[in-house]
Amino acid sequence: MSETSIFLSLAIPLGGTLLISLTGEKPNLRDSITLVTAVCLLLVNCTLLPKILNGQRPEAVLMELFPGVDLILKVEPLGMLFALVASGLWIINSIYSIGYMRANKEKNQTRFYVCFAIALSSTMGIAYAGNLITLFLFYEILTLCTYPLVTHHGTHEARHGGRIYLGILISTSILFLLFAIGWTWHFTGTLEFVPNGIFNQEQLQTSIPLILMVLFVFGVGKAAIMPFHGWLPAAMVAPTPVSALLHAVAVVKAGVFSIVKILVYIFGIANLEKISGGSWLMYTAGFTIIAASVVALKSDNLKRRLAYSTISHLSYVVLAVALFVPIAVMGAALHIVAHAFSKITLFFAAGAIYTASKKTKVSELHGIGKRMPITMIAFAIGALSLIGIPPAIGFLSKWYILSGAFDAQENFVVAVIIMSTLLNAAYFLPIIYAAFFRTDDNSKNHGEAPTAIIIAMASTGILSIALFFFSDQIISLGYQIAGAY
Amino acid sequence: MISSQLPALQIIVPLLAAPFCVIIRNSRATWLISVLASWVTFGISILLYLDVQTLGVISYEMGNWAPPWGIEYRIDSINVFVLLIVSSIGALVSLYAYPSISVEVDENKHYLFWTSYLLCLTGLLGVTITGDAFNIFVFLEISSLSTYVLIALGKNRHALYAAFRYLILGTIGATFIVIGIGLLYLLTGTLNLYDLSMRLGDMSLTQPQLAALAFLTVGISLKLALFPLHLWLPNAYAFAPSVATCFLAATATKVAIYLLLRFAYDVFGQSQIFSELPLGEVLLILSIAAMFIASTVAIYQQDIKRMFAYSSVAQIGYITLGASFASHTALTSSIVHLFNHAITKGAIFLLLGLVALRIGQPTLKKMSGLGKSMPWTSAGLVICGLSLIGVPGTAGFISKWYLILAVLERGWWWLAFMILASSLLAVIYVWRVVETMYVSDSDSRGDSHMASTTSPTSMTLVAWLFVTSCIFFGFHTSFSVEGASAAAKVLLEYTK
Repeated sequence: MSETSIFLSLAIPLGGTLLISLTGEKPNLRDSITLVTAVCLLLVNCTLLPKILNGQRPEAVLMELFPGVDLILKVEPLGMLFALVASGLWIINSIYSIGYMRANKEKNQTRFYVCFAIALSSTMGIAYAGNLITLFLFYEILTLCTYPLVTHHGTHEARHGGRIYLGILISTSILFLLFAIGWTWHFTGTLEFVPNGIFNQEQLQTSIPLILMVLFVFGVGKAAIMPFHGWLPAAMVAPTPVSALLHAVAVVKAGVFSIVKILVYIFGIANLEKISGGSWLMYTAGFTIIAASVVALKSDNLKRRLAYSTISHLSYVVLAVALFVPIAVMGAALHIVAHAFSKITLFFAAGAIYTASKKTKVSELHGIGKRMPITMIAFAIGALSLIGIPPAIGFLSKWYILSGAFDAQENFVVAVIIMSTLLNAAYFLPIIYAAFFRTDDNSKNHGEAPTAIIIAMASTGILSIALFFFSDQIISLGYQIAGAY
Repeated sequence: MISSQLPALQIIVPLLAAPFCVIIRNSRATWLISVLASWVTFGISILLYLDVQTLGVISYEMGNWAPPWGIEYRIDSINVFVLLIVSSIGALVSLYAYPSISVEVDENKHYLFWTSYLLCLTGLLGVTITGDAFNIFVFLEISSLSTYVLIALGKNRHALYAAFRYLILGTIGATFIVIGIGLLYLLTGTLNLYDLSMRLGDMSLTQPQLAALAFLTVGISLKLALFPLHLWLPNAYAFAPSVATCFLAATATKVAIYLLLRFAYDVFGQSQIFSELPLGEVLLILSIAAMFIASTVAIYQQDIKRMFAYSSVAQIGYITLGASFASHTALTSSIVHLFNHAITKGAIFLLLGLVALRIGQPTLKKMSGLGKSMPWTSAGLVICGLSLIGVPGTAGFISKWYLILAVLERGWWWLAFMILASSLLAVIYVWRVVETMYVSDSDSRGDSHMASTTSPTSMTLVAWLFVTSCIFFGFHTSFSVEGASAAAKVLLEYTK
């Protein structure tokens, strides 16, 4: 039964892909199929949730790739969480996409929805991957199927952005990730994700785990840890729904998710402490947080600012895991959720502003709150959540990460979090202030964006707050992840 | 009764079909004969493969002359694997060929094409199946001479030049090989490979033996286009008719690699030449050079067939790299890649054949916007490109995985890193094409199109059969990996 659900979670988006490409001539039918597919996917994932909460770990073997290595899917709490977030937000994003793509009269909409569905299928594959090879397979498919989305406009800039996007993601994955996977196989003879990690005490004494750790962390380029972050701003040439779901949720979260998963299930949190020099990760992540925030502060282009903000928040997740304490791992898992909901709201708002007014710069947004109150309120919620102000989900994750930092007595992390909170405030609050309290100097007349966009944006905004109050299930999943070793 | 004659029939069927083509001369009839002969040959290979699975080694005495005096056909797990590759590709390509040949070769030369195609097939199969050193030379010459004709049949005038260049270099290679074989005969008094390896094993290393090895290695390396002896290859591939390119790219170099493996591991293997001479190191360095230099050159090509020809030189580097150190995983990776690269490159040139029908000689510029006008062909090219890069889920990944494992087993992590780095070059040259086909903002497409706007179904089907097998063998590795693993095991047993 649960095996079927796992297969279905990959098959449903793929089936959707087929139907979408067949109904390309009839936009209404095609878009309804996207929505139905998204809803089905969420439902299937929900059927798995109770089992995971009960402590079951259902698995499904796809096939044997080569002797000793299977393509295997296995659901564990972290993957469950990621799959639920991605598939849940896909529904909302589809509503948004329909509004956005039609309002902006984008071309090749069928290709857009097809690639989107494939991307979701591979995201599910990443979420449920039972070993490194399976993870790698879906990781690469995700990179490739999002390339047409990034280059959607087919312009010179799109092509350039696509090159950087593909270049960085493919090179890091082949050069570091595949290398690390091969080495892990050679070193340990297994690629399975196991709760306590796959290295034995003897192996931990060598310097190889540290090297592997470096390779894995940089190999997962999707996590956008500096210096391999350049693809994320480059990918912003894509239409906004792509930036919203893929480059705030699915792709980047697949990155940090993979890092968390590898650190927890290949190394094992308890073992990571024993690796001498393992703290480099904390410093790298800390540096990325601060540096990206500073760049965000200086960017006038709204999407670019959001992109750098994403880079910094991705490193929050990595920073949390790098503390190597259970409570912080839980914070990391929560931050994957929190950032997903908040950042998608922000991107939705940016897209709404573009759709209604064609404005893309922060400096042009004076007084826009009066014309587009719902949009800017949603924006404010998303921003406040990321700054970490209750009652928004962002507070919750920051709370756990901070407690983890105190647990581990890492003053560096505490300092980074405080500083980045200030920086977050510094790059978000002026936008909100200007939108509501400055007067509009150019008088082009426009109102809110189309209804579909508003609905999507409002729901993620509301969810960012609602999840703060209804976070039991997320937290209990989080506890299971933290207790995984 | 017939089943015991299979090894002979493997050669005789295409060999006898060839003169029929010359006699009949009708374009369609010669094609039908070739298709028939190729498929019968393929069937025989399958039967042989099954026989080897049960019997282990098949030894066939030509004309009932007992070896080592008579010619022996000796089939073990390695050459049956190569036979299967060559004959299956021959069969499928012949099925694909008709519409392409009609456009790319003058009507009155069709029978010549098919005659030389069949002879080439005969030669390649003969080289693979025979257990006799001089017989190898004879078949090699049959395949080479017919290859020169195949290349020269290209309509572009450069084809003649390319064929001539290959003729010169190929003849040098063949001469070296025959000198090597002659020296071996002087030393041992036998031409039977199995016998040779026994006798060489009993001897201590002598100068003539080293000279023989040197001549053979250089001669074979010329044939397999090992960097820097690859100079004949790019032009030959670029200017030959599409069908010929496809057939040659997928088979000819692969057979030469088989020869290298056979001589290095089987014939010379027992005389410890591998451990006492820097043959491995030389191969290693040249392979690395091929991987990097040929890939880099490929990036700068405008002609797509030439680009993929350089890519072939680079990919051959991966194969010879695996062959350069005697471990089971390394040889497995080498032979798996031999197989995977044959189908990948075969698929690419088949697809390019389709492209050529539309736009003539495919160049980067002319391919702009192809994603729209030829969606299936373009999608196929993307998939094959991914296989060249070694993206998981494609055949190319499997070979790369084994190659990396083999290198790590040796403890050469830097080399693993270099292998991966070189595949990034493949990303660049593949993506240049992908970008041109799909993401181009120029509206200048469509002006250079030829008359036909639809692709012949038979060609598309065969091409896509290859494309799907690129994916299929990326997931179902039991045939390719197990076949290669068995072959590697046999080779290493010879070495002991």
